[in-house]
Amino acid sequence: MSETAEATKAIEGKAPKEPLFSAKNKRLISDPLNDDNPITIQVLGICSALAITVQVKQAFVMALSVVFVMVGASVLVSWMRNLIPSRVRIIVQLVIVAALVILVDQVLKAYVYDVSKQLSVFVGLIITNCIIMGRLEAFALGNKAWPSFLDAIGNAVGYGWILIAVAVVRELFGSGKFWGIQIIPDAVYEFGYSNNGLMILPPMALITVGIIIWIQRSKNPKLIEEA
Amino acid sequence: MLFKPISIGERNDWQLLPLKKDIMDVNKNSYTFTFSAILVVVVAAVLAFAAESLKPLQKENIRLEKMQNILASVEIEATPSEAKEKFDQYIVDQKLLNSNGELIQDSELSAFDIDVVKEYKTFAEDERHYPLYVFEDGGERKYIVPLAGKGLWGPIWGYIALNSDMASIYGTTFDHKTETPGLGAEINQNEFQDKFVGKSIFNEQGAFVSIKVLKGGSDVSGNMHAVDGISGGTITSKGVGEMIERTLGLYVPFFKDNNKQASL
Repeated sequence: MSETAEATKAIEGKAPKEPLFSAKNKRLISDPLNDDNPITIQVLGICSALAITVQVKQAFVMALSVVFVMVGASVLVSWMRNLIPSRVRIIVQLVIVAALVILVDQVLKAYVYDVSKQLSVFVGLIITNCIIMGRLEAFALGNKAWPSFLDAIGNAVGYGWILIAVAVVRELFGSGKFWGIQIIPDAVYEFGYSNNGLMILPPMALITVGIIIWIQRSKNPKLIEEA
Repeated sequence: MLFKPISIGERNDWQLLPLKKDIMDVNKNSYTFTFSAILVVVVAAVLAFAAESLKPLQKENIRLEKMQNILASVEIEATPSEAKEKFDQYIVDQKLLNSNGELIQDSELSAFDIDVVKEYKTFAEDERHYPLYVFEDGGERKYIVPLAGKGLWGPIWGYIALNSDMASIYGTTFDHKTETPGLGAEINQNEFQDKFVGKSIFNEQGAFVSIKVLKGGSDVSGNMHAVDGISGGTITSKGVGEMIERTLGLYVPFFKDNNKQASL
């Protein structure tokens, strides 16, 4: 498309057609996974990262629920972005997020009752997840549905993988298990090894996140600050 | 593009579309009110519809879970799909006791529909009903008592199954709402629940002593009336002990009475 054609199109009221996975759109997904991770770089959503990373299964279902809520809320808010009065926009976003969270909770209770029992309060706490409100406010409110969708996926998965990574470490060293299955053999315990009780307490989640940030900063050249 | 976009922060140029018409000001008070009202009504309708249409499924899940829990206390594993069938097969009788430990005859209430937690919350002590489930397998009867109590963070509950002598424990199952994972939450694990098996709630003189849950790491070998608690979950463990003592205490007159008669 030539420059003039592009300019004419813009004047006519149509944004230049962008491929679905343009470089810009791809970055919406890939950035939050690493360079701009909501937990390790923006340090958002730390609260839930501490609370529900004792077991991998919980962390996984939580991550999944967040992906759903985040994508749903982002797309809805993005569709409605020109209709939302700016003075009540936070409340509107909150209502949408809360409605989706309740919906998730109800569906989990009806169809996967045992999983919903394990998550109990944590599902409700998704409402207060700073990442969701943050992305709605910073991105979905000013962008079209498709980029908002990608942004939501990127951030929710960026949040989820940290959650799962922390949970793997905590469950392994805290209870010697992965996904509830014991993987440190009994022989090791007989040898004098014992589970680290500190690992299942919240402070160790913070320390684990800190270690992940450390590793990430030392590996990713973009994040290395000049001394 | 019908409506004027609101100005929040910066927008990328390619997303900011030129306006064709400017027919509605989204920041007017009247618009704000109308918008909020419509949004709330729509959201309420969606949620109410979802809650109502999913309610039968959720209630059924809760009933099945209760059946599973009751069966779990007598070491019968049942998946949700087979819970009902097994429950009907093994639980041969359901009884209701009043607060004096006497059997209530011809009650209109069904023992299964009694929610123990609700009984404690809503009724005065002498108006409460206490359910008792009678399990039978191969001629051997066990008596299952529902428990309800408090842990560290929230409610805990469970079922305790007594052998036909109505004194020694055949099996237990506990669960909790919000105990700390890895610590107090361990009460729903078999390692903890199995510690109760074989213990007795009456001493040699026939007095009710219940079963104490001691501080984690205690030595309970040879003690028929105590179990070792969970290290780091002391308050939850104590809650379990308190729950057993208080709830079983209410059934004691019934147990003693029936021990003499040796039959129900």
